Amino acid sequence: MALPALAVRPRAGTDQRLMQGALLLAAAFLAVFLALPLGWLLVRAFQDADGAFVGLANFAAYVTTPSLAVSAWNSLWVASLTTALVVPLAFCFAYALTRSRIPGKPVFRAVMLLPVLAPSLLPALALIYLFGNQGMLRDLLLGHSIYGPIGIVIAQVFYCFPHAALILSVALAGADGRLYEAAAALKAGRGRMFTTITLPSATYGLVSASVVVFTLVVTDFGIPKVIGGQFPVLATEVYKQVVGQQNFNMGAVVGIVLLLPAIAAFMLERWAQGRQAGVLSGRSVPYEPKPRLARDLPLLLLCLGVAAALLAVVGTAAWGSFIRFWPYNLAFTWANYDFGRFDSAGWDSLLLSARFAGLTALCGTAIVFLVAYVLERGVKTGALPPLVRFAATMPLAVPGLVLGLSYILFFNEPSNPLGFLYGTLAILVLNSLVHFYTVCHLTAVTAIRQLDPEFESASASLKVPVWITFWRVTLPICLPAILEIFVYLFVNAMTTVSAVIFLYGPDTKPASIAVVHMDEAGQSSAAAAMACTILAVNVALKLVHVGMGGAIDRWTQGWRRR
Amino acid sequence: MRRILLAVVAAIGLCATQAEAQQRTRLTVYTALENEQLAPFKAAAERAVPGIEIAWVRDSTGVITARLIAERANPRADVIWGLSVFSLLQLEAADMLEPYTPAGAEALRPNFRSARTPMTWTGMDAFVSAICFNRVVAGQRNLPRPTVWTDLLNPAFRGQVVMPNPASSGTGFLTIAGWIGAMGEAPAWAFMDRLHENVQTYTHSGSAPCNNAARGEYGAGLSFDMRSVALRNQGAPIDVIVPTDGVGFDLEATAILRGTRNLEAARRLADFTVTQAAADLYGRFYALLAHPAGRSTVENYPADFAARLVSQDFSALAARRDEILREWTRRYDGKSAPRN
Repeated sequence: MALPALAVRPRAGTDQRLMQGALLLAAAFLAVFLALPLGWLLVRAFQDADGAFVGLANFAAYVTTPSLAVSAWNSLWVASLTTALVVPLAFCFAYALTRSRIPGKPVFRAVMLLPVLAPSLLPALALIYLFGNQGMLRDLLLGHSIYGPIGIVIAQVFYCFPHAALILSVALAGADGRLYEAAAALKAGRGRMFTTITLPSATYGLVSASVVVFTLVVTDFGIPKVIGGQFPVLATEVYKQVVGQQNFNMGAVVGIVLLLPAIAAFMLERWAQGRQAGVLSGRSVPYEPKPRLARDLPLLLLCLGVAAALLAVVGTAAWGSFIRFWPYNLAFTWANYDFGRFDSAGWDSLLLSARFAGLTALCGTAIVFLVAYVLERGVKTGALPPLVRFAATMPLAVPGLVLGLSYILFFNEPSNPLGFLYGTLAILVLNSLVHFYTVCHLTAVTAIRQLDPEFESASASLKVPVWITFWRVTLPICLPAILEIFVYLFVNAMTTVSAVIFLYGPDTKPASIAVVHMDEAGQSSAAAAMACTILAVNVALKLVHVGMGGAIDRWTQGWRRR
Repeated sequence: MRRILLAVVAAIGLCATQAEAQQRTRLTVYTALENEQLAPFKAAAERAVPGIEIAWVRDSTGVITARLIAERANPRADVIWGLSVFSLLQLEAADMLEPYTPAGAEALRPNFRSARTPMTWTGMDAFVSAICFNRVVAGQRNLPRPTVWTDLLNPAFRGQVVMPNPASSGTGFLTIAGWIGAMGEAPAWAFMDRLHENVQTYTHSGSAPCNNAARGEYGAGLSFDMRSVALRNQGAPIDVIVPTDGVGFDLEATAILRGTRNLEAARRLADFTVTQAAADLYGRFYALLAHPAGRSTVENYPADFAARLVSQDFSALAARRDEILREWTRRYDGKSAPRN
């Protein structure tokens, strides 16, 4: 814990006040757009339907519901299993991308993101095409049904993989070559180097990735709703209470139960933070892996396997979007892309989604990165930093459904001065930004943490103001992470359903909602077609990102090479 | 940068069209109607009621209802047009509906409108629970075509029946309410106990069972009548069966939201929704209409269709809803493992 002390520079003055002010702003932002709305909703857990205070009666009623224990247990083991499958796989994949010399890294990097680029209905539809009772590969399940835990775990692995891989590839991206040279000089074996240098430097990333995957699985209701069959989990309990029975009080109770992972995540994050020091210091020399067949070949095969699986799922859905009526009429048709036939907004909802996602990414990236920077490099004393840190990890544990409802209740309250936001595109943007905050925050923190606070200390002793250091050193070094955050926010806003379904207005219906509506109406091919179109927009953006990535690497990351 | 510019241009464009629409009163209408109904309903209403413009917010019944209740402190909708009467009764109990008897609403069938004076809601049409029966799967698995509910108890249907979870789907509730109405309380639960043996899964949405049956995932999906028509038109090999031993039904209904800022325009729209012209419009999609003179142009409905409906007291059912759902959840929801 000696390191953070370095961050507090002796020169108080402007820098300190600036950082303190920024921290206050960050706290205010998270309070207004996260804590207050959620608090507003959670108060309902202690009220009856008419708003009278009933203490713990709702909790008592909930605990005595037989399905609670079952669904909580189901959520726990499905999430644990998914985490145990995804994190090692994602680690190897990220390791291959950052610490090997396999060919085609940009392609793997792009393919890795495919699942986040597509609305969640797309893999669900694809899994039904593949493993459903009429599915092409149903025999692989040996007679087991895809509807239930098997389907949930397969779909969750698919859906969570990019989240874990993204965090881990950022965590593994920065390595100090001197450590490996020193280790080699001391005749340490490769296994030893891995366990004493690589793993410790990635601890924080591993913990973050596990926390993120676990919480994503626990809170996601889309996948269990579509493919979970009769298998109850906590998130579908919220859905049942709120959407099925309009029982907001009980929904709030389950919401609180679901917040428990957030608290666990916060504790874990604190624990990992204590063990993580800056990996890259001012004297660092970038690590450059040398070609080695024994390492590169298995990693290449693994990457090819993962990429093939991801492409197969997406490809199946894409194929389904051109089919007249699966599985009975497999004639090829373009008709499913004539969206006006299925949804009155037609193609316009796609334009709206692009606008919505663009704004979310633009505002979100700026806010997330600044908040993370202030938290990491600003004053660490006082009550505010841990509170803001907690608030930043909380959105992950808040199911979109719960967040969306809390936004209605809070922003539609007649006495709320921010009520003018309600029904506008702005509220969709703010809601999505908060909804997807945590992963971006963790990405930013991981990136910033790899920079030794000495950079700031050195510039402080040279009397360079903190914003210049930020602009000239931190920002360029972290540019790849910043771009990742931008793309992450954009693609998630393009595909999100659960929170915005309560918030869109007559003129602001996004394409992802149109996908859900088409699927509900039984137009599964049209839903697949719209999902594929959303995917195409996201892939296009990702390709631009990959293209830009090379140029930016040359421009800002040259120092990593020798 | 380009995207920001585009966004700004689009925003200006949006403002311009909104300014243009200012001359007409813009009514925000919340609905659970099917997508394909929105355009013709909007066109007909705007033609019949000059000076209004309809802005739809459409979602599934549960989502729209949850949203209306959550927005209670500061309602955003002016009119609800096409939502389950069970939802409207819930809103009525929360005192969220504006009492208004639309001109001519007395002509509606008595069972299809609010019993209060002035009325709080008016019915449009009825939709009933129905079985989506996949002929291809039936051929492969030798499933006999069901004509009454009890046919589904045949062991041949084991693992081939899928129905909506009544605790999360309005269609699911309407289905079991129909059984209770037709068979009586105790026999209905006994029936459900046995049906449970054949049910593969209880879905969260009301249209999912029919979608599943249409894709051949299961032989029989318990859903509602209208859903299946669209699927059959797309080429799904399904038959829509309205069992002859009594089916539960639900009304699609209209109401004005208390606190609307456009009360006058909302009333004029409500007047239109109970006319015969509007009923003919509903008749393009549904067979049983609230307006006795309305003409239904839907094909393939059995002639004695109306006789198959159980007699149903919506208010009494709505009041017992929680109790019925608790019992259902106790009996069937705690079982976690999906059967094969």
